[in-house]
Amino acid sequence: MKTIKILSLLFATGLFMASCSNDDETPEEVNEEETITTMTITLIPQGGGTTVTFVSRDLDGDGPNAPVITPDDIVLATNTTYSGTVSLLNETETPSENVNEEIEAEADEHQFIFTTGGGLNASTAYADEESDYVSGETGENFTTNNPVGILFTLTTTDASTGTFTVTLRHEPTKPNDGTLAGAGGETDITQTFDVTIE
Amino acid sequence: MSHLFMVAQDCNATLKGQVVDYHSKIELNNASILIVESSRMATTDSSGMFSIGNLCPGKYLIEVSHPECTTVLMDVEIRGTTNLDIKLEHHLEELDEVNVVGDAIKNKTKTAQEEQLKLKTLELYSAGNLGDALKELGGVSSLNTGANIVKPTIHGLTGSRVLILNDGVRMQDMEWGAEHAPNIDINSAGSISLIKGASALQYGGDAIGGVIIMEQARVPAKDTLFGKTQVTGMSNGRGGNFNSELTRAFGGGWFVKAQGSYKRLGDHEAPDYILSNTGIQEMGASLKFGKNEFTWGWDARYSYFDTEIAVLRASHIGNVDDLIRSINSGEPSIIRPFTYDLQNPRQKVKHHLGKLRYYKRFEGLGKWNFQYDFQKNRRFEFDIRRGESDDRASIDLDLTTHTLSTDFTWDAKQEYNIQAGLLGRYQDNFANPETGVRRLIPDYNKYDLGAFITGEYKATDRLLVEAGFRYDFTRVDAKKFYRTSRWEERGYDTEFQDLIIEDRGTDLLVNPVFDYHNFSATTGLSYFLVDGSNLKFNYALAQRAPNPSELFSDGLHHSAARIELGDLRIDSETSHKFTTTYHKEFKHWGLTIEPYVNWISDFILLEPADVEFTIRGAFPVWEYRQTDARLLGLDVNAHTDWTNNLRTDHRFSLVKGKDVENESALINIPAANFRNRITYTKTDWNNFEVFLTSTYVFEQNETPENIFVFSPEQQEEVLLEINTAPGAYHLLSLGSQMEFSLGGKTRLTTALNITNLLDTNYRDYLNRQRFFADDLGRNFSLQLKLNY
Repeated sequence: MKTIKILSLLFATGLFMASCSNDDETPEEVNEEETITTMTITLIPQGGGTTVTFVSRDLDGDGPNAPVITPDDIVLATNTTYSGTVSLLNETETPSENVNEEIEAEADEHQFIFTTGGGLNASTAYADEESDYVSGETGENFTTNNPVGILFTLTTTDASTGTFTVTLRHEPTKPNDGTLAGAGGETDITQTFDVTIE
Repeated sequence: MSHLFMVAQDCNATLKGQVVDYHSKIELNNASILIVESSRMATTDSSGMFSIGNLCPGKYLIEVSHPECTTVLMDVEIRGTTNLDIKLEHHLEELDEVNVVGDAIKNKTKTAQEEQLKLKTLELYSAGNLGDALKELGGVSSLNTGANIVKPTIHGLTGSRVLILNDGVRMQDMEWGAEHAPNIDINSAGSISLIKGASALQYGGDAIGGVIIMEQARVPAKDTLFGKTQVTGMSNGRGGNFNSELTRAFGGGWFVKAQGSYKRLGDHEAPDYILSNTGIQEMGASLKFGKNEFTWGWDARYSYFDTEIAVLRASHIGNVDDLIRSINSGEPSIIRPFTYDLQNPRQKVKHHLGKLRYYKRFEGLGKWNFQYDFQKNRRFEFDIRRGESDDRASIDLDLTTHTLSTDFTWDAKQEYNIQAGLLGRYQDNFANPETGVRRLIPDYNKYDLGAFITGEYKATDRLLVEAGFRYDFTRVDAKKFYRTSRWEERGYDTEFQDLIIEDRGTDLLVNPVFDYHNFSATTGLSYFLVDGSNLKFNYALAQRAPNPSELFSDGLHHSAARIELGDLRIDSETSHKFTTTYHKEFKHWGLTIEPYVNWISDFILLEPADVEFTIRGAFPVWEYRQTDARLLGLDVNAHTDWTNNLRTDHRFSLVKGKDVENESALINIPAANFRNRITYTKTDWNNFEVFLTSTYVFEQNETPENIFVFSPEQQEEVLLEINTAPGAYHLLSLGSQMEFSLGGKTRLTTALNITNLLDTNYRDYLNRQRFFADDLGRNFSLQLKLNY
């Protein structure tokens, strides 16, 4: 009978454990740290002219709403070389988080790939390399010279319309030929903009 | 009878009495009563009576035996005419039989389709997993995520539709996820029974696919100490496992059993390349002790399982364009040199299981069971993340379950056997917000109450009828954050607005409380024909409440580049399954034919439905929906003994799944497969055995339609071949085994196995990594087993 006593005690403990857990607690909201909501491309014409800025914003992250691109018309000048920068933000956090810092700290594991399509008379070139950035791991500048693409140049020629796509790849093959297929890796962000050169 | 008259002088005492069955009180005919000291013996007549005369007064040891009962020894003092009523236990195979090899496994149902995996087969999978071992049985396939995550699939159904009972405890280990393998150490089982359907109502009413029952080897009721140690080495993965167990049984039913295992493998290899990041580390330990007597007993068991599984690096992708690239390239995008390191993406799961059981037998009535069990499942999933988040899990879930259950079996009557039971369960899921990633599964509490009654009736010697009924109540009480945009896109703002408890602008905190009332029932019969063949028929009605994943899934799965969406509107699904079994053993061959049909109304399935655009690119949206489905299948098993040494086994399994509402094929239905095995055994050569197995898997030609998606990279609509099945394949494997006696009861068994003997390149439709890489190449494994 002693065993029965022990057993009933254990059962009672089990019941107690079951009944005392707090099920009315409100869950804590998750702080989405890794989402990128906003990509801003700034193009400053070398030698003066109108700066062109365009933005893709997806405030619900992986939610159902598609990203919104502003402005509707992106117009570049003919035969112009622009100095370009890519800026990434996470606007689900307040204040919004500058994702560029994380990319810079892992510059060797990231690369922006720029592609033009649909007959747009424009070409791009990288204007930065890994050694421009401080490694988050070592605290010192990277020693490698592969392109990253936070800074780039875009050169237009004749008037045309087409698309300009910016893709951020995580863990691409580095170095690569600057194409999406050559880079491989996985896409962190990608956005295609309709562009007019006139 | 002659020795009854061997008269000893001056002795005229008589021992007389009756021998009856302990349970039923039925008189036992043909029981032997032996007086050990004098070798005098008597046999009972048809009313169980016996009498031994002309005995000298004194104390004797007598032995009572019966062909179907446990032999009993008792001390008796005989003076004059001594009356002795003897009760014999009539359940030899059930209780005290010394059966450490798990050979005598009792059927759990009498009329359903049921198969067993014996210890000998299980041991060959010591370094493998439960899912692969079960594929030895007909009608079983698996849903894989690589080689390490293997979910058993029975008659085309898997996940929450397959119950796993681990030594009497229903596993609560987040079985809802396609990439969640059962958290079980295969080395802890003594035998496995598989019921292909919901006919075993005592275990649950929602086993629309089936029930897997893992049992422990019986501990003999005598003073003994035995154990075994097993070491397996494998070439593919360049590792292996170690398993050891020890059982100590004392007189009086006391016993203690301990077991532990450790497995470590590095990257697996396909025939042409390394499958980078596919290693595994696994640990299992269990301790069981208690007291088993015939009339009462108790036992306690604790088991711990810890696994860390690396997931193929190339299967972690960014968006639909990455997926298209993977499908088209035919080779994984990332192939690195071999390593034992387990990198991200990876899973880490710990499972604790504790159990206390008490039973008591009531003379002439039956057996009462009472059980409490506790389970804690902690799951981490690590993704490729930016910066310091790499060491932080993206999924961190903690699932705690308490269960109380009790049942009573009336087995006193020979013709009847009735079992009734009750169950109460409380479950708490906690999703850690520290991940920095939105929860895929929310915090919830779940309450289950169940009651069942099952019975069998032996109408004649040839005919047995069984029936059962079960009711289950389930309440899910969840607290979940929805993005306001998702809430509206799902249309919940018109139907479920009252569930909102807090509006935080872009997010809503919602408190769904859903109740489900589920009924299940079964009936069947088993008939032995005059020619010795056995015909069984079974019908099972089963209802299953939706699991948390089906209700609440909401988010991006990087491992598959897909957004998975549950639906709050999903209700229980109902299955009607009819099975027939025909079995016949001829002199040199045997045959089992098992056709079945399973109609499931409101069948819950997950399918690619749409595409959504985010700043990361486009993603296929996989939505849970309900439809009416029909599964039609056939399993055929045959074997032939060509000579005393040569045997062949043949097996064919086919299942066809149809969405009858939309007249389309169901997703993830296993392809037809055909397995043939030739075995040569030579007992004289140290139990030498060699077998060659051929497995042919047909191409699944019935799949849902592929979907068109807009590819931002290609700037056009492209066909996403997400449902296209890979081609048919044929695999050969070779195994051999020998046993050596090392004196006493020590035995050494060596086994060599080669799987995918021809190093064939193949991909399987039910492997979620088929988009990214080939399946495993050739593997040599060598196993040494020491029994002592």
